[in-house]
Amino acid sequence: MKALMFGWEFPPHILGGLGTASYGLTKGMWECGNMDITFVIPKPWGDEDRSFAHIIGASQVPVAWRDVNHDYVDSRIGRLMSPDLYYRLRDHIYADFNYMRTNDIGCIEFSGRYPDNLLEEINNYSIVAGVIARTINFDIIHSHDWLTYPAGIHAKQVTGKPLVVHVHATDYDRSRGNVNPTVFNIERDGFLHADHIITVSNLTRATVIDKYGIDPAKVTTVHNAVVPLSPELLNVEVNKPKEKIVTFLGRITMQKGPEYFVEAAAKVLKNNHNVRFVMAGSGDMMDKMIELAARRGIADRFHFPGFQKGKQVYEMLKASDVYIMPSVSEPFGISPLEAMQMGVPSIISKQSGCAEILNNVIKTDYWDIDAMADAIHAIISYPSMYNQLREDGLKEVAGITWDKAGAKVIDIYNRVLG
Amino acid sequence: MKAISFNFEIHQPMRLKRYRFFDIGNDHYYYDDFLNDDIITSLAHRSYIPAAETLLRMLSDKEHPFKCSIAISGIALEQLEQYVPEMIDLLRRMADTGRVEFLAQPYAYSLASLTDPEEFALQVKQQSDRITALFGVTPKVMRNTEFIYSDDIAPQIYAMGFKGVLTEGAKHILGWKSPDYIYSSATAPKLKILMRNPKLSDDICFKFSDTTWPEYPLTADKYIDWIAATPQDEQIINICLNLDTFGGLQPATSGIFQFLEALPHFARERGIEFWTPSEAVAKIKPVDQLVVMHPISDADEARDTSAWLGNQLQNEAFNKLYSIAERVRLCDDRRLKQDWTYLQAADHLYYMSTKHLADGAVHSLFSPYETPFQAFTNYMNVLSDFIVRVEEQYPLSIDNEELNALLTTIRNQAREIEDLNREVESMRKNIEHYNEEHKLPEPPKNAKTTNGTSKKKTTGKASPKKVNK
Repeated sequence: MKALMFGWEFPPHILGGLGTASYGLTKGMWECGNMDITFVIPKPWGDEDRSFAHIIGASQVPVAWRDVNHDYVDSRIGRLMSPDLYYRLRDHIYADFNYMRTNDIGCIEFSGRYPDNLLEEINNYSIVAGVIARTINFDIIHSHDWLTYPAGIHAKQVTGKPLVVHVHATDYDRSRGNVNPTVFNIERDGFLHADHIITVSNLTRATVIDKYGIDPAKVTTVHNAVVPLSPELLNVEVNKPKEKIVTFLGRITMQKGPEYFVEAAAKVLKNNHNVRFVMAGSGDMMDKMIELAARRGIADRFHFPGFQKGKQVYEMLKASDVYIMPSVSEPFGISPLEAMQMGVPSIISKQSGCAEILNNVIKTDYWDIDAMADAIHAIISYPSMYNQLREDGLKEVAGITWDKAGAKVIDIYNRVLG
Repeated sequence: MKAISFNFEIHQPMRLKRYRFFDIGNDHYYYDDFLNDDIITSLAHRSYIPAAETLLRMLSDKEHPFKCSIAISGIALEQLEQYVPEMIDLLRRMADTGRVEFLAQPYAYSLASLTDPEEFALQVKQQSDRITALFGVTPKVMRNTEFIYSDDIAPQIYAMGFKGVLTEGAKHILGWKSPDYIYSSATAPKLKILMRNPKLSDDICFKFSDTTWPEYPLTADKYIDWIAATPQDEQIINICLNLDTFGGLQPATSGIFQFLEALPHFARERGIEFWTPSEAVAKIKPVDQLVVMHPISDADEARDTSAWLGNQLQNEAFNKLYSIAERVRLCDDRRLKQDWTYLQAADHLYYMSTKHLADGAVHSLFSPYETPFQAFTNYMNVLSDFIVRVEEQYPLSIDNEELNALLTTIRNQAREIEDLNREVESMRKNIEHYNEEHKLPEPPKNAKTTNGTSKKKTTGKASPKKVNK
């Protein structure tokens, strides 16, 4: 079966969980066999893993005809796309896009990030999708998150092939209810045009059904999974401080519930002094949190090391005794699974999608700071609690693999294709 | 001759309230009274009381003789006395028929038999005394918590004076053997072992109202037929059920009460009798010795102790609890002793099980907690506070042995002082008699009331010699 996927991020150049999930799922589907996947991203860097999918960069797809010879194309984009594919794509330009800002080989430039002119970039992406859809052969279209829904819809209208949209998050999660009307409309448009909708949790599924008014029959949950960590990351060396470490890792924004973590920390510190708290990350609520920690008089035990990337994340986890994710609304939340992979017991809010599939974690309501403080205390004070969660957590997370998720998606494809 | 021995268990733990770690050291009340009241009251009205009334009718029916045995934990008795005293009356009336036997078990429904023989013996005695005081009969056969039994426990049970013990007919112990015989213990050959018939018991307990079961509906006629169809020399069928099977697990609407009440009729038709466990122990000879190296129980697929001690959480809680057992036994504080009893109930450990699949479903069915981790956290917080209180009783710097010696000295001295006081008292009386007889003048009497005790004592000690002479 041939699938055409539209995504926005792809490892190793990622900005959030979307890239990790798209990558894992694609690879998982490929592992199930008999899948030929073309994955479109706005801007490839050339160091992506192409072993399991054909990657097409929207920045290399011509939308305006330019008379360029083979050697020139090869020297310009050969690293990212074969000139033959470039010519095939050039043969399928369907309208005159010379009025747009195109470069010397007739392509539109993409940032591949979340720039201020994001809506324009989304629109351009959908123009490019029209060319791709006319060129290559596929059975089904799969769009990852709202940024690529217009592209998916376009491809569907051009070819009549069924569209599956994958909801990694909705604007309801990001804004805690105060949605951006433009984003909401793009999302809803995608849902209405889709032949099937895949959500990353039942929580998100409920949002799609209730808030966007979508027929429940065409919404299915496929939970995310994790890619096993490399031995290099598993064995990172860190100097562990003598106190117990409780870690929060993520954007310090309203959605992630950082204030509940500070309040719980204050409760724990009232009775237990052998512990330090770390809130790693950055975000618009960071200053407020620093102030709150100071107001609670726990600043000497509450640390803000800032944004962590790459290996630093795993070093941070390695040094931790407890991982906490008190998200107010989390479509899935892959980070507790990574903490479990590193053998760190996790506390997550019941309002997180991953709470639906995890057993060997502590689940509390995000607002229940008493329960959260209690759980932190239990893990750092009772060794058997720590060991039980750690060992069973490792076992559990090892079983949450992408090929299972991939098989479910292929199942949905088969259903959609009848 | 074939006989059925019915055994009904009544147990409800004292469930703990939500106890946060910042309550440690501040709040010493651990129980969710509302929940406990609610559960035992509603269960009593749905199940215990109608079941007891049914049994009472069956016991008083002279035409179709019926007998059974009842095991009830001390914690359940306390809750019944407090919340549903009418149930105690019903049990007493059942006892008055003389056809019901009460079995012994640890008062706290604890796992003490697995780790602490002294505690085990104390609790069994406490339970037997309570049963004797309430119902006027003394238990003669043992049914340990959750039918737990092993070669290590057998001699302890025998040493307490029991002639028989009721345990689970665990497949991995019996192998090809049948549970419908009496066996003897390998380590205490005079102790007879009665074995619960798991199939026939579970047919009532779990399958009675299961419409997907091929044998559905189960009638008393059919059930007794099955029992009659067992081989001729299998003499004793032990059917052991929780009393709340009737009206609880199997709702009244399923016809479970009528099923129960109809059993004696069909049993008499086929010449099957009802015996109590003591009768069975007295009448039947053991066919073989049974070796049970590792403890068995009636819980989960494994029929071992993994339902309570299957993971690290449970083991830590269990070990921590019994690490202070000796200390607690040295204390006199009544509230402390009571908490000690309530905290030992096996249920608290049962809630911490991390087993999944079929067993896990049964565990969570009975648990007041959402997850085993919550169960563990809550219990450990309570236990931490309890341990602090125990440690406050006597300084930790003195070890148990030394403390025991000191306490013994103190108690001996207290007794001595008491004896001496009594002696002083009697002497004083002697003097009064003496004075009255000899009609001594007033002054000494005044001296008695106004002067200090030292003078009295000197006179007291001096006078007996005179009196004796």
